[in-house]
Amino acid sequence: MTALPSKPVRSRRGAAAVLLGLPPALLALLSLPYLLSTYDLGIVVQMMIFSLFAMSLDLLVGFTGMPSLGHAAYFGIAAYTAGLLALKLGWGVWFAMPAALIASALTAVLFGFLALRTRGSYFLMITLALSQVAWGIAFGWRSLTGGDDGMPNIPRPSLDAHWPLTDDRAFYYFVLAFVGLGTLLLVRIVASPFGYALRGIRESETRMRALGYDVWRYKFAAFVLAAVLAGLAGCLYVYYNRFVSPDYLQVVRSAEVLLMVILGGAGTLIGPAIGASLIVVLENLISAYTERWLMMIGVIYILVAMFAPRGIMGFIRERLRARARP
Amino acid sequence: MPVTFWLVQALNGISYGMLLFLLAAGLSLIFGLMKVLNLTHGSFYLLGGYFGLAVIQRTGSFVVAVLTACFAIAIIGVIIERFFLRRLYLEELPQALVTFGFLFIFSDLATVIWGGDPQTMPKPDLFTGSLQLGTFYYPIYRLFIIGFGLAIALLLWWLQDGTRIGAMVRASVDNEEVARAMGIDVSLLFTLVFGFGAFLAALGGVMGGPIVGVYPGADFEILLLGFVVVIIGGLGSLKGSLFGGLLVGLLDTFGKVFFPELALFTIFAPMALILAIRPSGLFGRE
Repeated sequence: MTALPSKPVRSRRGAAAVLLGLPPALLALLSLPYLLSTYDLGIVVQMMIFSLFAMSLDLLVGFTGMPSLGHAAYFGIAAYTAGLLALKLGWGVWFAMPAALIASALTAVLFGFLALRTRGSYFLMITLALSQVAWGIAFGWRSLTGGDDGMPNIPRPSLDAHWPLTDDRAFYYFVLAFVGLGTLLLVRIVASPFGYALRGIRESETRMRALGYDVWRYKFAAFVLAAVLAGLAGCLYVYYNRFVSPDYLQVVRSAEVLLMVILGGAGTLIGPAIGASLIVVLENLISAYTERWLMMIGVIYILVAMFAPRGIMGFIRERLRARARP
Repeated sequence: MPVTFWLVQALNGISYGMLLFLLAAGLSLIFGLMKVLNLTHGSFYLLGGYFGLAVIQRTGSFVVAVLTACFAIAIIGVIIERFFLRRLYLEELPQALVTFGFLFIFSDLATVIWGGDPQTMPKPDLFTGSLQLGTFYYPIYRLFIIGFGLAIALLLWWLQDGTRIGAMVRASVDNEEVARAMGIDVSLLFTLVFGFGAFLAALGGVMGGPIVGVYPGADFEILLLGFVVVIIGGLGSLKGSLFGGLLVGLLDTFGKVFFPELALFTIFAPMALILAIRPSGLFGRE
């Protein structure tokens, strides 16, 4: 990990670039439904959903230094909750989605009590093991979840009786709005004193404790927050896919989202979004040609770890730093 | 329920626990020495099973199959350590990515080569048939596994506590820098230990072939159980691997009998309990 400055140092030029870049980017995102085919629009929707998912994990991995290998649990639990409530009780999006987020949060509270007693490799193992429990329930409880057949025909949400989101363009805006909200929340968290305390914990827990911070409570809060945002991504994905199966919360997915974070660059928000978008595009491209996606992504894992362990953003940062030096 | 039912299930649990011990011992040893959480360990187990199967189909000899499979996997382990993990020393996340990558590649490769159907390894001729005591029948091979596991445990003990190389490993675990300064070739030790861990996992895969079978997905399944074993027993502890292996083997077997729908709970509830009391496992060091 690179040491971060203790104070938020953001160059004025950087801030100006963000301000100037924002309106065109927003305009582009808003006009995409009118520029792209339905298929491509679907890929953009996936890119956005997985960006949110990866950014939520980065709050733990990159900002707090907690290497979770079970993040798909919260994604999947929210997806199952939203799906079950829609299918079995006919709940609409405004009730099902908050309920799903609460389910993710409660799971994180429970898992957090266990996992937060450990760190490092132990934390990695325990988060993985706990997420497999969730997978085991989804897989084993056939009468409720349909086992490994999953649950098909989950309806697309409608905002109210007159405004269904069956239209792909309308659904795109729905996803854009929620991913935007989630991202905004993450940006605020990361830039807040709370966010800086998390970075402090990443660098040295003992020092933070000596400064009077209740480290456990900060880690716990980050853990639950990350789970809720992962749950939001899970909800959006189940509405997009209209299907949920145990694959949603499997370790393969947990590893994939970790790869997205590291590929893009842990410890930044834009990095995981880039990593997630890249992986989604690659998956769609490669899956079109071969069934050996698992093997291909295995190779990608190794390449990233060997040659770009700081990710794309880390690479760019190093370049910039090298240029800035006289 | 009759006594024989309990006895049969208990023996099933213990024999499965021995396989878990073989896997966890390597996982634990590798972590203890090199601080690498080796996710490819599940692949070593699965590939061991498939290699053994391929050899036994050609030669008909169980012993040849065991030896070939274990040494082949050990070589794969050595290659992974030398050319990949070595460069990422003490970098947790990249290590996890590399070992995960290999887990995926091997998993997919196994499906391509051996297909998706579960296969069973034939038992060695010497241990086919059942032991009969009155109305009680029990397959001899499973009893053999239990004895074999215990023998391996004793052997590992002796290696660790009674040999020069064991002393070198213990020294390097305690303080790597001092061990290097004393002239111990820690780098060579890393490679040897990683290869040996792979060997043990493959041994579990081949020996388990006749009772649990060899099938796609076994790599992930056994890896998860192996994690639970080392979480319960404590990473880096041989005693912990044996005790944890037996405990998880029994919990898994009885769990599947009594609560088939929620079998994993019977493993994870005790794990959670132990974790709550002792975060570094029953025999782990702080």
